[in-house]
Amino acid sequence: MDFLLMAPVLIPFVTGILMLLFWGQRDVHRILNVAGAALLLTAAIVLLDSVARHGVQATQLGNWPAPFGISFVADLFSAIMVVITGLTALAVAVYSLGSMDEARERFGYYPLLHIMFMGICGAFLTGDIFNLYVWFEVLLMSSFVLIALGGERAQLEGSIKYVTLNLLSSALFLSAVGILYGAVGTLNMADLAQQLALLDQPGMVLTLAMLFLVAFGIKAAIFPLFAWLPASYHTPPIAVSAIFAGLLTKVGVYALIRVFSLLFVQNIALTHGLILILAGLTMVSGVLGAVAQNEFRRILSFHIISQIGYMIMGLGLFTPLAMAGAVFYIIHHIIVKMNLFLVSGIVHRLRGSYELKDLGDVYKTYPWLAILFLIPAFSLAGFPPLSGFWAKLMLVQAGLQVKQYVIVAVSLIVSLLTAFSMTKIWAEAFWKQAPAPHQPNTQHLTLMVAPVVGLALVTAVIGLSAQPFFDLAQRAANQLLDPAEYIAAVQSASLALR
Amino acid sequence: MEFIWAIVIGVLYAAGLYMIMRRSIVKIILGLSFLGYAANLLIFVVARLTRGNPPLVPNGAEAPIPPYADPLPQALILTAIVIGFGVQAFTIVLFRRAYRSCGADDIDELRTTEH
Repeated sequence: MDFLLMAPVLIPFVTGILMLLFWGQRDVHRILNVAGAALLLTAAIVLLDSVARHGVQATQLGNWPAPFGISFVADLFSAIMVVITGLTALAVAVYSLGSMDEARERFGYYPLLHIMFMGICGAFLTGDIFNLYVWFEVLLMSSFVLIALGGERAQLEGSIKYVTLNLLSSALFLSAVGILYGAVGTLNMADLAQQLALLDQPGMVLTLAMLFLVAFGIKAAIFPLFAWLPASYHTPPIAVSAIFAGLLTKVGVYALIRVFSLLFVQNIALTHGLILILAGLTMVSGVLGAVAQNEFRRILSFHIISQIGYMIMGLGLFTPLAMAGAVFYIIHHIIVKMNLFLVSGIVHRLRGSYELKDLGDVYKTYPWLAILFLIPAFSLAGFPPLSGFWAKLMLVQAGLQVKQYVIVAVSLIVSLLTAFSMTKIWAEAFWKQAPAPHQPNTQHLTLMVAPVVGLALVTAVIGLSAQPFFDLAQRAANQLLDPAEYIAAVQSASLALR
Repeated sequence: MEFIWAIVIGVLYAAGLYMIMRRSIVKIILGLSFLGYAANLLIFVVARLTRGNPPLVPNGAEAPIPPYADPLPQALILTAIVIGFGVQAFTIVLFRRAYRSCGADDIDELRTTEH
């Protein structure tokens, strides 16, 4: 076993367990929370560095060789996702210190947060499809409690929808895994990739592909399976909303990309063509939904959906540049979307509302906050030179290369409408005169502002020096499109054990 | 044998999905557990049913003699049952809390978060 590959799972696990041992001691939880998140980020960066230098790495849990034992595999895409998890974990850990209320902190908010990080990292690193199901359940279970923790009426209503739809998706996922095992007789993803290529049952493979598409499509909130997202994501405290909005739906996108690049590549014209159509519809329906909203967090929630469309547009086009665009888009989107939610939390602290009609005057009273909003908002809409511009440029270029003019046109129109939504928030919350004066609550405000500044800097760095990030995304995409290295890494990890 | 199971599993899926689409939140809980049962039975049957041949290595042999029952699907089901049990317990408590704080068990009335 390789400790480096296990560290992103073990660190949040140990952090969570230690917190349970110090149950009710709020100060200890707060210290462990930041320390655990910082350690996770460090371990993730070391892992990414190692994968970038030495290629795909794999290890067999319990020293059982594949396909019998469970593989843990880190290719560049997985490692990048783990680093982003670490980064967002640290940001939300610090932000929570300033924004979370004491009651939730005492009822185990921090341990739940770290167990969720464990589930997310496990899902990114596992090389076994049933194990992926288990990690999904781990992260879902903690997210269920996180979204309901506090028990406000809106939270409970939102969590009913969130829980029901996610459990439906889990049941479909489990069924698909069962049928896959019945058809191929293995669950190891590297082994599956080889066996599925030999299987001469196109109907069966297509059925399985569609089952996985629906199961992960619900989790990733693609058209027409996204209704649970805008009904629930804005209900919990803003730190929870931010980590859900940034990271959680992207676990579904990760699973889609993994499954449709490693396993189901037998009938690309059909499956990836369908994904491309869904991508266009996802973009349009998300952005149109946002236009109709007048609440800060709900506008942002609908934009998550439209942005998911861009990511799976990259998957649907399925060329090296398009996949690189999808990877780049995920990196950019997680940071930016999370930052926008964090900014909305600060605005709520200072002006006491999320409703656009009650907001105003933020630019006049807090110009620094206006700048902090503009960086991620412009980036989301794709203004040069911020990160979103490069991400969209890659996808548009990839679309033009394979002459998919419709999807390119849709993506450009949607990005215009995104800019419209952002200007709406700007005009209503930041620019117009406030309807009523409000006594701002500035308690622990620095703890909330620091992560926002940090994430805004990351966005600016990605935008201003895009080349290394582009190269990294391109290498990750090449690994995704040619799974030989992935399969070889799992095989050599197993051979070492025999 | 598989034929009968296929019908049973199909009925369970259909009942589960139907119950999820009902308006009462109690029926949603029932629907979710039906879906869980259906998935577990599906794994069991789809990996082929083998009767009377446990996967044991006889004396003097190196591997069990085929055809033997595949133990892996049963391990998967066991995992899925344990997870499903925990999730179900949580769902029941959550829905009960929601019922008490919203005063309604009709999903159509739980719409305050959607506009």
